[in-house]
Amino acid sequence: MAQADHNHGLDHELPILTSTVEKVVQWARQSAIWPAQFGLACCAIEMMAMAASRYDIARFGAEVFRGSPRQSDLMIVAGRLSRKMAPAMRRVYDQMPEPKWVISMGACASVGGVFDNYAIVQGVDQVVPVDVYVPGCPPRPESLIYGIVQLQQKIARSRM
Amino acid sequence: MSDIRTETMTVNMGPQHPSTHGVLRLVLELDGEVIQSVIPTIGYLHTGIEKTAEQKKWQQVIPLVERMDYLAAQSNSLAYALSVEKLLGLEMPQRVKDIRVLLAELQRIASHLIWIGTHGLEVGAVTMLFYAVRERELLLNINELIAGFRFFPSYIRIGGLREDLPRGFHAQVQEFLDRFPPKIDEFEGLLTKNDIYKRRTQGVGYVTKESAYAWGLVGPIARAGGSDYDVRKYFPYTGYETYDFKVPTATEGDVYARYTVRVAEMRESVKIAKQALDRISPTGLFACDDTRVVPPPKDKVYSEMEALIQHFLIYSQGFTVPAGDAYVPVEGPRGEHGCYIVSDGTNRPWRVKMRAPSFMAIQALPTVVQGGLIADVVSVIGSTDVVMGDCDR
Amino acid sequence: MDAQAIIDSLSPLVPGAAFEAAPSVDFATVYVPAEQIVATCQALRDSLNFESLVEVTAADYLPRAPRYEVVYHLLSVSRRLRLRLKVRVAADGTVPTVQGVYPGAGWLEREVWDMFGIVFLNHNDLRRLLMPEDWEGHPQRKDYPVQIQKSAQTYAPLEVSEEQFRANIERDRVKRTH
Repeated sequence: MAQADHNHGLDHELPILTSTVEKVVQWARQSAIWPAQFGLACCAIEMMAMAASRYDIARFGAEVFRGSPRQSDLMIVAGRLSRKMAPAMRRVYDQMPEPKWVISMGACASVGGVFDNYAIVQGVDQVVPVDVYVPGCPPRPESLIYGIVQLQQKIARSRM
Repeated sequence: MSDIRTETMTVNMGPQHPSTHGVLRLVLELDGEVIQSVIPTIGYLHTGIEKTAEQKKWQQVIPLVERMDYLAAQSNSLAYALSVEKLLGLEMPQRVKDIRVLLAELQRIASHLIWIGTHGLEVGAVTMLFYAVRERELLLNINELIAGFRFFPSYIRIGGLREDLPRGFHAQVQEFLDRFPPKIDEFEGLLTKNDIYKRRTQGVGYVTKESAYAWGLVGPIARAGGSDYDVRKYFPYTGYETYDFKVPTATEGDVYARYTVRVAEMRESVKIAKQALDRISPTGLFACDDTRVVPPPKDKVYSEMEALIQHFLIYSQGFTVPAGDAYVPVEGPRGEHGCYIVSDGTNRPWRVKMRAPSFMAIQALPTVVQGGLIADVVSVIGSTDVVMGDCDR
Repeated sequence: MDAQAIIDSLSPLVPGAAFEAAPSVDFATVYVPAEQIVATCQALRDSLNFESLVEVTAADYLPRAPRYEVVYHLLSVSRRLRLRLKVRVAADGTVPTVQGVYPGAGWLEREVWDMFGIVFLNHNDLRRLLMPEDWEGHPQRKDYPVQIQKSAQTYAPLEVSEEQFRANIERDRVKRTH
């Protein structure tokens, strides 16, 4: 009887963990983020290098780059966003189901980068809400992986 | 069967698509699966680099120009540097020319690796991407060794190179060149005799030599149709006339022929790179000796007045280039790459226009895929190796 | 081959044209009047073996008149020659299109129209190529600013009106029930 009280009424032979629903759901969401393919320019090649075998993001759960935005949770805006492309990008973002996150990869996506001129939108956050900004031109694959890990931590501490 | 109503279907392969090599929009008119017409729309990556370059000094344009064709960055900066050096009338020492040849050939191998990786991925051979990117990582390590940056080293500058080669360069490049030819055999083992690959690429997307010339496609696309035009042989630059290499050609002009031409080009590039590496001494000259253009060494800047003034002038107001215009083409991985420069005698360019081989390739796309199937569009775009950064600038 | 030799071989083929040799550091450069550019390109392709048109571009020399210069780069593979043709165009001037001679000129001329506003006569499809279709202004002109203050457009305008959209749906529904 004392043993049962010590285990809060549970049998210690059964493999059971307890937690809150919110923690488990957020853990599932952060461990299997599926990015939508939204590579625009040079940063897209670094994103491909990140998905390849040397800087493997499959170990972070994000290996499946979905072709369709309707099946993905994360949009990594990799590259410079031109004014002609902005409506198309907004449409892709609107097609993603909730919950969805956006990583702005590179200097051009975050603030317009080297190109301060008429053709480039100075920062992707004028069009979509951004969760993590990753600086660099292009950022090393390790930087982008760090950005994804930061996003995972953000998901872990946010409400469901 | 005459009362069945048929009509053509319009399908949009939108700007966001896994297989369009960047942001390209194609509006396809289909009769079943047969393509009646294709209307491409470009401009989704237009960056206004040419207008921005008019605001910068001559040397500051190099990082901008490198980001145009982002897979062949050093071929862009080489084309720009050669045109400006032509206007300035500068002659490079032999060691600088050899290093530039070596970097250009390594860049060609890197670009062709991405081509074979993504082309294989789209056609269905997903493993090709992983093999190709694995080899490319070694080349990016070499870039990182010389300039600290994987992609856009800005190492080729007007007047020569940025600085001397680092220690360990020869060993690392030699290791790569010894390791790479068996890897090309591995890639060929995956694709060349692969029945599925042959059926997807043979007989698809014919481009004959005459139509390639008429559409302005002078590069691997024309060479797969029987032409032997290669800028390195016809209008040699940076000392290519002293190297011994062949220009691979094919005759059929379909997607498979373009594949064989590019794989053979990778082998020739390894040959040229080996010859160049043997000629380069580990230390030596890395720029020409024109004091208006090339900054002096740092120890002289701290001790001599003249060198200090020269350093100050170069970094504050830049150098001026005599008025006129020049165009020196370079054989990039996609074809003839060149930069048309107009100068008005000041320290800023008046007009910078990069000739984009991918632009001409997409312009010719509707005539090439007419009458084919939808799946052929993906093969053809992959084989013409278009990069949207180069096309839209 | 220098510019004068090219002009000498072109003059009998294009009678009445006032060619001018221009100084250049790399290859032969010839000024051609705008009205003769098509005939010149035809002669170069058919008789002088310039098979390929490699580039068409323009430059804006704003305070000077005529304001623009349209530049054509031609390549002869069989004779290992390059040639540059230049056409001076005034501020609202026009140039006939060479699309009929070299099909590759189609999009290159469209880009020159988009960036500079130079109209090419008899072009089959002269509309915006690199900028969005409803963009105003020609960005590469010297009096167009490099940086502009404009917020990003996040919606694409509808291409049909609402009545047309409903009419299309009705029409399809009626057709499908047969």
